[in-house]
Amino acid sequence: MKLSNHQMNQWLDLLNQEGSVYGPILKKKGGSFSDLDRVVYGKVNQIEDLIVDQKSYFSPKELVFPMRETLFYFEENEARMPVTDEKPIFVFLRACDIHGLDRLDEIFLNNGPFKDPYYLNKRELIHTFLIGCETNFDNCFCVSMQTNQTDQYDAAFGFKGGEVHMTLSGDRLKRHEEKLLELGALKEDFSPAYVLENPTKVSIPPVGSVNKDDFVDTLWLSYSSRCIACGRCNTSCPTCSCFTMQDTAFAGGILGQRRRRWASCHIKDYSTMAGGHEFRKTNGEKMRFKTMHKINDYHKRFDKHMCVGCGRCDDVCPEYISFSKCINLLNEVVEKREGQQND
Amino acid sequence: MTNFTSQTLMSPTNQPYAFFPAKILSFVDETAIDRTFELEYTGNLQIGQFFQVSVPGVGEAPISISEYREGHLFMTIRRVGRVTDVIFDLKVGQNLFLRGSYGNGFLTENFVGSPVTVIAGGTGLAPVRGLIERLSHIQPESLELMVGFKSMADRLFVDTLQNWESKFKAKVTLDREETGWDGLTGLVTTHMDLLSFKDAKVRKYVVVGPPIMMKFVLIELLKRKVPEENIIVSFERNMSCGIGKCGHCKIDETYVCLEGPVFSYVKAKHLID
Repeated sequence: MKLSNHQMNQWLDLLNQEGSVYGPILKKKGGSFSDLDRVVYGKVNQIEDLIVDQKSYFSPKELVFPMRETLFYFEENEARMPVTDEKPIFVFLRACDIHGLDRLDEIFLNNGPFKDPYYLNKRELIHTFLIGCETNFDNCFCVSMQTNQTDQYDAAFGFKGGEVHMTLSGDRLKRHEEKLLELGALKEDFSPAYVLENPTKVSIPPVGSVNKDDFVDTLWLSYSSRCIACGRCNTSCPTCSCFTMQDTAFAGGILGQRRRRWASCHIKDYSTMAGGHEFRKTNGEKMRFKTMHKINDYHKRFDKHMCVGCGRCDDVCPEYISFSKCINLLNEVVEKREGQQND
Repeated sequence: MTNFTSQTLMSPTNQPYAFFPAKILSFVDETAIDRTFELEYTGNLQIGQFFQVSVPGVGEAPISISEYREGHLFMTIRRVGRVTDVIFDLKVGQNLFLRGSYGNGFLTENFVGSPVTVIAGGTGLAPVRGLIERLSHIQPESLELMVGFKSMADRLFVDTLQNWESKFKAKVTLDREETGWDGLTGLVTTHMDLLSFKDAKVRKYVVVGPPIMMKFVLIELLKRKVPEENIIVSFERNMSCGIGKCGHCKIDETYVCLEGPVFSYVKAKHLID
């Protein structure tokens, strides 16, 4: 289908009455330095809000896995779950981020014997609006990670020359087809764009090939001296799903909450036990742990890589550490060792 | 300190983060910082599994199951943080809140019929206490225990240890000599020759303790040609959820909360943090 921006805005109004529309928007002066803006996920009221010519700093994962989330409210002698929103969420996102949601699904819904009820509640409300990628952005390596394309969307979009090109997929938005035609949308074949090649490419060591020697390779030492363990790579990552439980109490202990908040393997105390023992002390070890999870460990459990190649970790690192470079360097370490063993 | 602790807190059911109250029936101070709680609890569980123990409004902590007898659950808790500080303020008759039990523990039937040696360090004795107790009734003749503590004051289950020493080959060693102590001194690794290795092909060796202790005990066992499949270890890791979501306890593709904390060494040897 083809719509004018005006018709699209009328449709967005309808969607915003039914539920909420989210997407990458510009947060004015929300950047790390003064007077700089930042592209973040937020409410989309009109098509002009949507930023499609830049990559968002954060991923859409906050919609299903918020930075802080209350699991229970404690009140007198009762614990109750927060009231959940039942309204649909429509979210504009790219192919890599749709794959990112799938990676989160594996952890929250399929890992271990239980489905996480808090995640599931929100996940079921999510309707994915794919933003086709006409071009690459800096640091993208989705093609290497095979996440440049997806058919797992409820609607897909292309934005060109002041017009919106779109298609609906599956049954979840079927009822909207007529509404769109009523608004004046013209029928048109459309399939979303995707990139076929990224300037940044990664060669991933085969799953299971990294051995104990590679774990202590000098490669990791360089990250010990460069990484400052700020955790930006984790917080911007669409697939980082770790959290820590945290209780709070107030009103003399009559009221309280149990909540979870984002935790990450780079940030302090991730592996620290009560009593102080820490399993990974150096930042190089933390980098190794993250790398292995993203391109090896997760694959052993779920038959796909956790990393979706969005490159946000590279975009946001204050020390200019490149994760794609790290994967390539690790691959070199493995290839070199295996080459020597074969000699 | 919160008011929640004195009451039965009703928590929503049928969801994995929900918890239930367990009344404190008694407690025993093992050391200045270790206390064994006896809780009212009936359920299917394994020694060596763990519960997420909490005080609502304060926090949760993973605590291993030390012993269970019909309706009575025993857990030894060390006072090392914010949550355990508050737990130590609780009185008999008040409630702790639990969810679990989680993970894989020590199934007694997997050990019955095989000679068993337990090598434990410090609080590592807690998760194997119930296993040792059961085996001490079933097969005391082939059971061995070597447990190391820092000092006399750090010993856990002192009465039980004395009882064990009279029933089977149980040895206690302290890190250093101490007035009033006439038992073994030195790290457990210095007393390996006191343990049985002639039957190493069939004997099961259970190793539980601080990471550094486990590392060196494992080296000693392998040096003595103990087959890897006869070694069983129990891991302790930072955990927040206990159900495979929070990520803290993951090593390689393994989640300690799901596949552990008790592992065969065949598996454990591949787990590098």
